[in-house]
Amino acid sequence: MPGGGIKLDITKNKTDSEQGQQGTGADMDRLSQLTKVYRMRWKRRRLLYRSFRKRRQLTPVMNRTAQIGPDDILAVSTMRNEMVRLPHFLDHHRALGVDHFLIVENGSDDGTSVFLAKQPDVSLWTTPASYKLSRFGVDWLTWLQRQYAHDHWCLTVDADEILIYPHHDTRPLRALTDWLERHNRRSFGAMMLDMYPKGPLKEREYEPGGDPFEILNWFDGGNYMIQKKADLENLWIQGGPRARKFFADRPRRAPTMSKTPLVKWHRGYAYVSSSHSLLPRVLNHVYDDQGGEKTSGILLHTKFLHTIVDKSAEEKHRREHFANSDLYDSYYDGLTDNPDLWCEGSSRLISWRQLEAMGLMSKGNWV
Amino acid sequence: MLVHTAFGRAEQIARHWAASGCPIVIHADKSVPRKSYSAFKAALSDLPDVRFAKRHRCEWGTWGLVAATQEASQIMLDTFPDVRHVYLSSGSCLPLRPVQELIDYLEERPHTDFIESATTADVPWTMGGLDQERFTLRFPFSWRKHRYLFDRYVALQRMVRFKRKIPNGIVPHMGSQWWCLTRQTLSAILEDAERVNYDRYFKKVWIPDESYFQTLARLYSRQIESRSLTLSKFDYQGKPHIFYDDHLQLLRRSDCFVARKIWPFANKLYDAFLTDMSGAMKRTEPNPGKIDRIFAKAVDRRTRGRPGLIMQSRFPVEGRENGLTCAQYSVFEGFSDLFENFESWLSKATSARVHGHLFAPERAEFSEGQVVMNGALSDSAELRDYNPQAFLASLIWNTRGERQCFQFGPRDVQDIEWEIAKDHNAQISVITGAWAVPLFKSNRNFSDIRQEAAQLQQIESEHLKTLRSTWTKARVRIWSMAEFIEAPMEPLQAIIDEIGQQNLRGLAEVPRMSDLTGFGQFLQNLKNQGMHPYLMGDFPVSHGPGDTGHTQPKPYLVR
Repeated sequence: MPGGGIKLDITKNKTDSEQGQQGTGADMDRLSQLTKVYRMRWKRRRLLYRSFRKRRQLTPVMNRTAQIGPDDILAVSTMRNEMVRLPHFLDHHRALGVDHFLIVENGSDDGTSVFLAKQPDVSLWTTPASYKLSRFGVDWLTWLQRQYAHDHWCLTVDADEILIYPHHDTRPLRALTDWLERHNRRSFGAMMLDMYPKGPLKEREYEPGGDPFEILNWFDGGNYMIQKKADLENLWIQGGPRARKFFADRPRRAPTMSKTPLVKWHRGYAYVSSSHSLLPRVLNHVYDDQGGEKTSGILLHTKFLHTIVDKSAEEKHRREHFANSDLYDSYYDGLTDNPDLWCEGSSRLISWRQLEAMGLMSKGNWV
Repeated sequence: MLVHTAFGRAEQIARHWAASGCPIVIHADKSVPRKSYSAFKAALSDLPDVRFAKRHRCEWGTWGLVAATQEASQIMLDTFPDVRHVYLSSGSCLPLRPVQELIDYLEERPHTDFIESATTADVPWTMGGLDQERFTLRFPFSWRKHRYLFDRYVALQRMVRFKRKIPNGIVPHMGSQWWCLTRQTLSAILEDAERVNYDRYFKKVWIPDESYFQTLARLYSRQIESRSLTLSKFDYQGKPHIFYDDHLQLLRRSDCFVARKIWPFANKLYDAFLTDMSGAMKRTEPNPGKIDRIFAKAVDRRTRGRPGLIMQSRFPVEGRENGLTCAQYSVFEGFSDLFENFESWLSKATSARVHGHLFAPERAEFSEGQVVMNGALSDSAELRDYNPQAFLASLIWNTRGERQCFQFGPRDVQDIEWEIAKDHNAQISVITGAWAVPLFKSNRNFSDIRQEAAQLQQIESEHLKTLRSTWTKARVRIWSMAEFIEAPMEPLQAIIDEIGQQNLRGLAEVPRMSDLTGFGQFLQNLKNQGMHPYLMGDFPVSHGPGDTGHTQPKPYLVR
């Protein structure tokens, strides 16, 4: 509580001002702040260089990027064997108003590649290289974003993530991006929400193209734990059914749920770890720290369709999904056992208004 | 009509006005590329009563907007001598009611000027702290483009106490930029002999488009109605709210003639209000208050948020939380040690949910032995201790509408104590030293008991320091054990009253106190071993075992 003097700009509204500057030892603070900025800048350059080196791993299969118009909203994604989820994934995001998809296909053998190449609004690249060594696909996507997404609103999502936001049923994505731009925001946060069925995961089979949330219609409504990361200033959110079920004995290892998937891209931007955090750091400020609520969305996570059970056994051996894969063996074993994630305290998905009222996302002042 | 983007929509609107016989003068921003401007001009060339004004650069908050308005007004008054009211609108304004209705409305009020106009002292609208100063300082730098220079120059002027003279002693007024003035008033403003002076003055005022006409209309108007006929809602940054398709029903209930700003792609709105004359008139009872409430609430949510909610886009720094939790709750320390059936008694006496020790080292003891609570909050001690603050905030948030009570004590994980102490929603009641009762009852070796007693006493005395610190905002009540058992009913009644959900019959039943026979001796034994228990207060130590002295529980039996 010492200091605490918030530097007030004459014209700036408090809620919009940057971090409150602490009064004590201001010079030292400023110095360490500067070094931090400098370090982050080099980190960002390193990430960009890394993606530059990885560019040769990508082989174009179908390049339709010439279709991209100047105001188009893009989606980028890395995928492997996602035939089950793809039809709904594409339908949903097309309906929201994504104009073009840039997709890297990584070693699929279920027809994902053929299916994607046929889509009129998809540009497709393929690579047999390691997902993990490409920082879980981020290096590849950073390269594509640098090439094609500069000055576009760009949505970075996985095939098992379905973006929703307040009013998404009546207002297209462009309404949101226009509004964000009016408010000088270049990034939009959307936390992942693990959706699961009632009963063992394998009990109900999902038909490709159908609405996954007829089966996955339960979620954890209020067990999320948030910390602010000191270096990147993003929020690190953990919790949900996976933390509750598989990581109750070692919560630090529980998967990260926070994401910043929608960004007005600039060629100098880079995601740091998956789409959880970005550089420059200002893009991570998708939350208000003065007590107000910024507008935010949700990524409904369709990971727990029936296919997860067999896929987990496979992923355990591929060791491509976590930095320290050994630590996650018991997690995969847990999923292979066809568990029931449902519990007495689970909430049933009704509408975005429900999620907003529960405080999982916020309208902010976008009404 | 001021236009700077979305020309398709602007054309639509212009045609709509023209269809009802309203002449239009259009001003397009100079930053619009010549090509799209001439295309726009060409598109409207079939309308006879449309004129275009000379283009000015209209940056927000600058003089250009006023210059454009002046020029367009002049053209309007000169070319269309029949015009009696001039309505200033924009390309993103949408008429909500049939134009004829507006014409009739103005016909009935031939001498009224509709312009929102108030002195700075009277209204809290101004954004960014510049209210009176926007009329007494100079603002040569753009706020949008040269924010640094803008701020520095303001600071400099403040430092040297610079103050501009306001010409002819006019009283600056401010208000919505969108007005509807009569020919008399408007021409008087434009033809004023002093106009050169006024213009020169207002050129350096900040946001002159919201004060030029608003101030000068006061000089000439016969009858001012200080409100705008245009519905326009502003957010906390002074930016107008935007209307979308889903606002259709809301806009139908407005009593304004025109609304702005409309999102250019809100097809449903444009279709509903422009094409279908009778459809727009499917009038429901006007309810402008509802619109006000919705937008006021939005601003509140953006600036203050929902108290006690910690989420992905609300993560306040320390001190800005506006309440660490969202509702009041009670913490009981020592009660369940002293009384055998405290928890079941409390839940019977009130309708609150009574948990056990939520911060017990083994697991969170939710009420009725549940392993998950609302919101799928787990009872795992590891998850809870990973982020105790999130645990507590989530618990209180997830159970909104139901008061929560829980037990706490020196055997529990103490990490949360500061959070609770700083939380003004917490009601903390402590019976100090009551932790000794379970020790007294236990069947353990005395040396172990002695050791644990020393430890617990140390923890509790640290905890009491926390509760008594100046940072504490919780409602704290502390009794020593001896003090409490003298007259337990009064404090219990007070606590129940504060929870405020008791049965009307009063406390029909009292909790059962542990049998404390021999407790004084037990404490004496601890003392004899060199461990001085002092938190219990003074228990008579001289009484032997089985003594029925005045420490014997009595008062709680009656009533």
